[in-house]
Amino acid sequence: MSSTIGNWVTRHGHALRASLGQLARHGVASALTVLAIGLALALPLALQVLVDNVGGIGGSLADSLGLSVYMKPQISEAAARQLASAVRARRDVARVTLISAAQGLAILRQQPDLGAALDALSGNENPLPNVLEVHPAASATSPARLDALRAALAAEPGVDTVQLDRDWALRFNAIMALARRLLWLGAVLLALGVLVVIGNTVRLEIQGRREEIELTKLVGGSNAYARRPFLYAGVLYGVVAALLAWGIVTAVCLALADPVGHLAAAYGSHFALRGPDRPEIGILIGAGALLGWLGAAIAAGRQIARIQPRPA
Amino acid sequence: MIRFERVNKRYPNGRDALSDVSFEIAAGEMAFLTGRTGAGKSTVLGLIALFERPSRGQVWVNGQNTAKLSSRRIPRLRRGIGIVFQDHRLLRERPVFDNVALPLMVANVSLREVGKRVRAALDQVGLLGHERALAHELSVGEQQRVGIARAIVSHPPLLIADEPTGNLDAALAGEMIGLFRRIQQTGATVLIATHDVALVRASGCRELSLRDGLLAGAPGAEGAEPLPVIVAVR
Repeated sequence: MSSTIGNWVTRHGHALRASLGQLARHGVASALTVLAIGLALALPLALQVLVDNVGGIGGSLADSLGLSVYMKPQISEAAARQLASAVRARRDVARVTLISAAQGLAILRQQPDLGAALDALSGNENPLPNVLEVHPAASATSPARLDALRAALAAEPGVDTVQLDRDWALRFNAIMALARRLLWLGAVLLALGVLVVIGNTVRLEIQGRREEIELTKLVGGSNAYARRPFLYAGVLYGVVAALLAWGIVTAVCLALADPVGHLAAAYGSHFALRGPDRPEIGILIGAGALLGWLGAAIAAGRQIARIQPRPA
Repeated sequence: MIRFERVNKRYPNGRDALSDVSFEIAAGEMAFLTGRTGAGKSTVLGLIALFERPSRGQVWVNGQNTAKLSSRRIPRLRRGIGIVFQDHRLLRERPVFDNVALPLMVANVSLREVGKRVRAALDQVGLLGHERALAHELSVGEQQRVGIARAIVSHPPLLIADEPTGNLDAALAGEMIGLFRRIQQTGATVLIATHDVALVRASGCRELSLRDGLLAGAPGAEGAEPLPVIVAVR
């Protein structure tokens, strides 16, 4: 009696060979099925790539999120610089820029009418305070974190007021949350679509091979034996389709690379479109195999069990 | 090896295919099931291979009461039975090799062994060298013989055949019966349904004669052992 492992290998070798033969015999139909599933899988992958890239843009957009920290008038520039260093060290802060009172005055003086008015009002004193422009880290862009940062900064000694454009933060986070939810919903719907396409293909295949399945049962093949080649076919469909989806999305990214690059340059950004990375491709292939297996199992399971060999 | 105890088979249309049939076939025995078309021969074979269950009575195969067999255990029972079908039941678009190899594939035999045994079986039916031909390319008689090769390829302990020589000329028919004899001599039990009475008489084997679902006790020709057949009359 051969070892269990040897047995397992023989059984699955038979089944794999049988399913490859199956697919080869109906080359065109198989290719069309793979194409349908490949397109279905390409969509969630494309959405994921989109979210990744928008997230990247979001990263640079997060730069535009800033808190303006106005120091009390009596605080010196040196003291303001010290506070800037302390704030820079915080984990929820990405960048701190100090606009000293003198710099602020110089900027205002550049305005033609304002310059003369300022001289008239304050004489030689600089009425402007020192200001810290604090940019939050990408991880601290949620409204709650921003509020916390704002409160923390306002509590620092020497700080007069802290301003925050909260509306923009809310909008930004809402957009990202929407995109992520969209991605999940899209992925679930498309996964269901893939299950249905594979299940249907396998069902039609089984119907077409009914005679063979009957005969297999007549000579003593179990349901599991008859089912195995179809399960392998499902997995093959799923894996090949996943690879096809990868190819499709990569091609789309290549096609969009130039226009996106130009658009980014027009905004003064070095942003470049990024295709799917290795973990994402691995997950896609795994998902393809799993969906293929599941779709085939659901369709084949009941249908094959119901086929009873006719006596003659 | 095979025992029928007061077996009745009634079909949904009310027809009684078998009425109170009882007989016993010992292991290693070869017997013929005779009768006209519709007498119930195919039904008997179908009950042995568990394509159907009896309406009444019990069928025992290889010491197993088939009534007690769950549907999960049926494949294993069938793997021990070689079946030759009346309409040979080949996969027409597949090569002869694939057709004959099927019982071995189902039993997880390694590919190398499969090749050896398929060729041996084809040789026994005189079709060695035809393994690559597609089934539908063969003549009816050749297809019949491929069906026989498929039934014997896994050396099953029980061989049942439904009109295995129907499409063969007298010489070939005789050869096939000779082949079945040789298989029986290796220890297998062989039950053949046929309406070719001459063939049966020539073989000298025991004959179970069916008429309208009833079994008649038929004394075998010379050389047959006395039969433990119970003749039931309704």
